[in-house]
Amino acid sequence: MFALWQMGRSLLVGVGNVLAMLSQTVAECLDQIRRGRPVFRMANFFAQTDRVGFDSIPLVAMVSFFLGLTIALMTGYQLRTFGTDYLVPSLVTIAFTRELGPLMTGIVVAARVGAAYTAELGTMTVSEEVEAIEGMGLGPLRFLVGPRLAAIVTQLPCLSVISVLSALLGCWVVCQTYLQISWPYFQELVINSLYVKDIITGVVKCLLFGTIVGLVGCYKGLTVRGGAAGVGTATTDSVVTSITATIFFDTIVNVIVTIAFE
Amino acid sequence: MSAPIVQLNQVELAFGNDAVLKGVDLQVEPGERLVIMGQSGGGKSTLLRLMMGTLMPTGGEVIVKEQNVSQLNRRALNDLRKEMAMVYQYSALISSMTVRENLALPLEEWTDLSRDEMNAVVEDKLERVGMRKTLDKLPAELSGGMRKRVGLARALVLEPALILFDEPSAGLDPISSTVIDELIVSLSEELGTTCIIVTHEMDSAFRIATRMAMLYNGEIIETAEPEAFRHPKHPVVRQFVEGRTEGPMTENADA
Repeated sequence: MFALWQMGRSLLVGVGNVLAMLSQTVAECLDQIRRGRPVFRMANFFAQTDRVGFDSIPLVAMVSFFLGLTIALMTGYQLRTFGTDYLVPSLVTIAFTRELGPLMTGIVVAARVGAAYTAELGTMTVSEEVEAIEGMGLGPLRFLVGPRLAAIVTQLPCLSVISVLSALLGCWVVCQTYLQISWPYFQELVINSLYVKDIITGVVKCLLFGTIVGLVGCYKGLTVRGGAAGVGTATTDSVVTSITATIFFDTIVNVIVTIAFE
Repeated sequence: MSAPIVQLNQVELAFGNDAVLKGVDLQVEPGERLVIMGQSGGGKSTLLRLMMGTLMPTGGEVIVKEQNVSQLNRRALNDLRKEMAMVYQYSALISSMTVRENLALPLEEWTDLSRDEMNAVVEDKLERVGMRKTLDKLPAELSGGMRKRVGLARALVLEPALILFDEPSAGLDPISSTVIDELIVSLSEELGTTCIIVTHEMDSAFRIATRMAMLYNGEIIETAEPEAFRHPKHPVVRQFVEGRTEGPMTENADA
């Protein structure tokens, strides 16, 4: 019971600290705007978007392609016995636009980018680089967290689109080779299964997951203690926390959407 | 007489129950090169961090350029930091940026200079520390001594009134160490910059200082001209300067 209480307490403290970091970041950005200076360097922002977005495309596409293919294969195998295998493209479309696209993208980005954020900022913290940035009066949160957070939040919806398209490609392979669904019929089934509500839900989830992964990755990096070993521990913590939080908030959004809009 | 550039009044700092500073009083006049000496782990670097406002005291006042650092809001503190700079023990250059980008960073963030003007400033500061050839190198490609010189050049780009040095010659060979010490003296004399240097290397301290202070057991126990420090009367200072193991100072002071 005591351990549970301790765990709950440290969770609340962690959430509080992450939110405090977010508010500090926003405050530092506002200071910069009031000074009439750019919030962060665009070159810095584009370097991050390249790293978060472009460099993540192969992994997101590959994971989603195989997942889409597997789902189509498994469900196609079952539905075929009832003669309803034509539902497979619709199923994959709906599953990926509202649920699996954002979720898989969130998990892949947490593992790839969240970990990199923590390792990079952790190393900078240990080698006093973050303190030097603070000492120059540049506002380390604005300078370091700002472009990273902006990049991940803007890139996650784009990556989610790639995830959905890759999954549909995987599904198409199964439809073509196993379920004998023609390309025009496949297209029609996919387009008829694209609902604005699902797309909006997917985009909202992407924005939320991007914020979570970005904040957790940066927070864990900026609070590293204990040198190289500390960076390693923080990186592991960052990935575990980001993935757990992503799945947790995915569930919360699903519950809210189901209760409010279904 | 002009106001002191830095004034510490009964400054205290504790991490939990561990008191690091127990009432430090210190005054630094403009143009001085004050060397603060003391044992490792005695709170010398902590004093510099209090002046930069990256740490806040648990008691007393840290006044820099007539502003109480702990009472400034974030924006005012950042504005004050423009007027001072710190050279870190391990240089703290941003490892993902080239030397040029490291030096240009404060200029990009704080000034409206054009790219050409920034390049001119960066090259001028690197020239001053004899590191112009390293412009496009990454910090990892430089030796420890070179990194310190680049760190010093970065501190100079905004031409601050006050530069804080954390162990400038630590880990360097005697020649590199002397080069750094002489650079600090010449730049301070040329630009009139006030320098506060933390070190426990006596040769270096005597080369640089116009005044010296000894931090022991969380307090400044002596401040004097370097000449007086060569023949100190205070038993702790005498033991430290002479590097003796016997005396009132223990290896791990209760800092």
